[in-house]
Amino acid sequence: MPKQKARDSTKAFERALVSPPEKNYVLRLYITGTTPQSVRAIANVKKICEEHLKGRYELEVIDMYQQPQLAQGEQIIAAPTLIKKLPLPLRRIIGDMSKAERVLVGLDLRKKV
Amino acid sequence: MPKARRQLPKAPTGIQGLDEITGGGLPKGRPTLVCGSAGCGKTLLAMEFIVRGATQFNEPGVFMTFEESAQDLTKNVASLGFDLKDLVARKKLALDFVYVERSEIEETGEYDLEGLFIRLGQAIDSIHAKRVVLDTIESLFAGLPNPLILRAELRRLFRWLKDKGVTAIITGERGDETLTRQGLEEYVSDCVIVLDHRVSEQVSSRRLRVVKYRGSTHGTNEYPFLIDENGISVLPVTSLVLQHPASTQRVPTGVPRLDTMLGGAGYLRGSTVLASGTAGSGKSSLAAHFADAACRRGEHALYFAFEESPNQIMRNMRSIGIDLQPWVQKGLLQFQATRPTFAGLEMHLTMIHKAINTFKPQVVIVDPLTSFVIGGNETEVKSMLMRLVDFLKINQITGLFTSLTSGGGPLEQTEVAISSLIDTWLLLRDIEIGGERNRGMYILKSRGMAHSNQIREFLLTDHGVELRDVYVGAGGVLTGSARLAQEAQEQAGKLTRQQETTRRQLELERRRKAMEAQIAAMHAEFEAQETETLKIIEQEQTREELLVQERVDMGLSRKSDARANKQKGNSK
Repeated sequence: MPKQKARDSTKAFERALVSPPEKNYVLRLYITGTTPQSVRAIANVKKICEEHLKGRYELEVIDMYQQPQLAQGEQIIAAPTLIKKLPLPLRRIIGDMSKAERVLVGLDLRKKV
Repeated sequence: MPKARRQLPKAPTGIQGLDEITGGGLPKGRPTLVCGSAGCGKTLLAMEFIVRGATQFNEPGVFMTFEESAQDLTKNVASLGFDLKDLVARKKLALDFVYVERSEIEETGEYDLEGLFIRLGQAIDSIHAKRVVLDTIESLFAGLPNPLILRAELRRLFRWLKDKGVTAIITGERGDETLTRQGLEEYVSDCVIVLDHRVSEQVSSRRLRVVKYRGSTHGTNEYPFLIDENGISVLPVTSLVLQHPASTQRVPTGVPRLDTMLGGAGYLRGSTVLASGTAGSGKSSLAAHFADAACRRGEHALYFAFEESPNQIMRNMRSIGIDLQPWVQKGLLQFQATRPTFAGLEMHLTMIHKAINTFKPQVVIVDPLTSFVIGGNETEVKSMLMRLVDFLKINQITGLFTSLTSGGGPLEQTEVAISSLIDTWLLLRDIEIGGERNRGMYILKSRGMAHSNQIREFLLTDHGVELRDVYVGAGGVLTGSARLAQEAQEQAGKLTRQQETTRRQLELERRRKAMEAQIAAMHAEFEAQETETLKIIEQEQTREELLVQERVDMGLSRKSDARANKQKGNSK
C-alpha cells in the first residue's frame, strides 16, 4: 500500500513537470484610485501580460483606497506596486510599468543585464 | 499670563527632563526629528514618547518601524517595563513593521509612497492616534530606488502628518556634515533633537540637544541623559532656579565640641558641608559621626561610598567606636558603594537621585567627591555637583561631602572647584611639629552662623573623634607631644608656685616668731634695766638719807641742833 501511494505521487509530480498548469503567474496590482500613474500602470501591466503571459496569468487589481488594510498585509509602500506572488521568488515591481523591459525582468521573463 | 496663552500647544513626552527643556513637550500636531548616530537612543526616545503618550496622556500612538520587526521591538522594550502587547490589545498602540527589501523590488517608472501613506492613515484611524513615530525613515532610501522621488515624497509625508494633526517623531541617522544623511528632514521638521553618545576616558556619556524648535523657546545646551531600566531621563543643568528653602533648624554633627565650634548647635539643616583634607586626616570619620548622629535621632542617612566597601567602612569605624552595623540592620542607614569608573557622571548622578528618591534620607554623605575627577573632567564634575547640591537643597537634605586634598596643593582649594557651592567647610589638616603629625581642624567658613575661628586639634580615639583644648604658644598651636609637654610644664610650674607660697608662708611665720622672740628679749632686758635702775635709785635714796642722817649727826655732834642724832653726837 505505501509503495503504491509513493508511486502515484511520483507520477503526479512527473506529470506536473511535463505539462505546466494553465495559470502559473499570480499577480496583484495595487493602485491608488484613478491617479494617472495608476491608470497607466493598469494599462501597461495588462498589455505586457497579454503579450508575454497570455492564458497563464491571474491578475488582480486592488485599489488601496478601497481596501487600506491590504496595504499593510502585503507590505506595500510605493504605489503602484505589482506583486508577483507566484512563481517564486516574490517580486515587487513598482512604478507605472512604463519601462516594459524592467517589468519583464521583474517577472523573471528576462535576465537582468 | 498672556504670554503663556500665545505659546505653541505642546504634547508632553513624559520623559523625565525633556519636557523641562522643551518647555512642555514636543510641538503638538507637528513633526519632530530625532537624529543621532547608531546606538544613541533614538528608537527608545521615540518609543517612550509613544508609550508615555498612550499610558499617561491618553494619546494613542502609531509606531511604524522600518528596521526592527514588531516582535523584536516588543521584546527589546520589555526590559524597560513597556508592555507593547497589552497596549496593542487595548487599542492604545499600533505597531507596523515596514519591510523593504531591495532585492525584491524592481522599479519600472514613476511611483509615489502612497502605499505608505495609506498604511499610516489606516493605522492612525484604527486607534484614533494622536502620536506617530517613524523609525527610521532613511531605511526607505536604502530599499527604494530613485532618491529624487523619495525626497519629494518625504516632504509630502511631513506635510501630510501635519495635516493629519498628529504629533510625530521621525528618527534619522546622523550624516557626516549634516544632521541627517539626506539633509532634508531637519528642514521640514518643526523641532529637531540631536542625540549624541560619546566616550571620554573610557566612560560613556549620552547627550541631548534641542537644535531647533519653531515657535517656542527652548533650552539650547547639551544636556546629559541616560537610559536605565525606567527609560530615558534627561538632566537639565541650568533649568533649576535658586529658590530652595532655607531652614534655621540645626543638625548636630555627632561631635559635641564641633557643635560648639559651629555656634553651639551644629550644621544647618539642608546645608552642604564639605570636609576637605589630606589623606588620613579623618574626613571619613567625621562623616561616619554625622551619619551615626543622624541615625541616633531616628533620621535616615544615605552613605555614598566611592572608595571603600560598606563592610570596610563599618569595620574601620568600629575601631574608633562608631558602630554603624545596627543602623544598617534597622534600615536607618543605607550604603551605596560603587566605583566612580563604574559609570559616567550622569549615571552616577541619576543613581544618586534615584537612591535619594526611594530612601528619602535626611542626611546624605558622599565620600569622597574627588574620586569623580578622572582626567580633565573637572567642569563636568562641577556641573554634576552643582546639580547634586541643588537637588539636596530643594529636598532639604543635609549633605556632607568629603574631598581629598593632595599633599602640597593649596589647602583652601578643592580639587573640584565647588567651594563656592558649599555652606560649611571644615578644613582638616595635618600639623607637623616636633617630628609628629597631628590632626587639626578648623572651620573655613560656615554660612549663616557665628562660628569658631580656632584651629582645634582632634584625636581619633576609641570612642570617636575628640577635639582637644587649644594651646596657643609662641610657635602657634601646640599639638601632640608638644601639647603634652606644655601641659607637663604648666603642671610643674603650678607645683613650683605652690611650693613657693608655702615657703613664703613659713618664712613669714618664722619672722613673726623671731620678731616675737626679739620683743620678748627686749622686754626682758628692759625689765632687767628697770630693776637695776630702780635699785640704784633706791640706793641713791638710801645714801641720800644716810647723808642727811650723817649731817644731822654731825650737827648733833657739833651741838648745832638739839634735835640731832644723839648717838652720833655722842660719838663725836
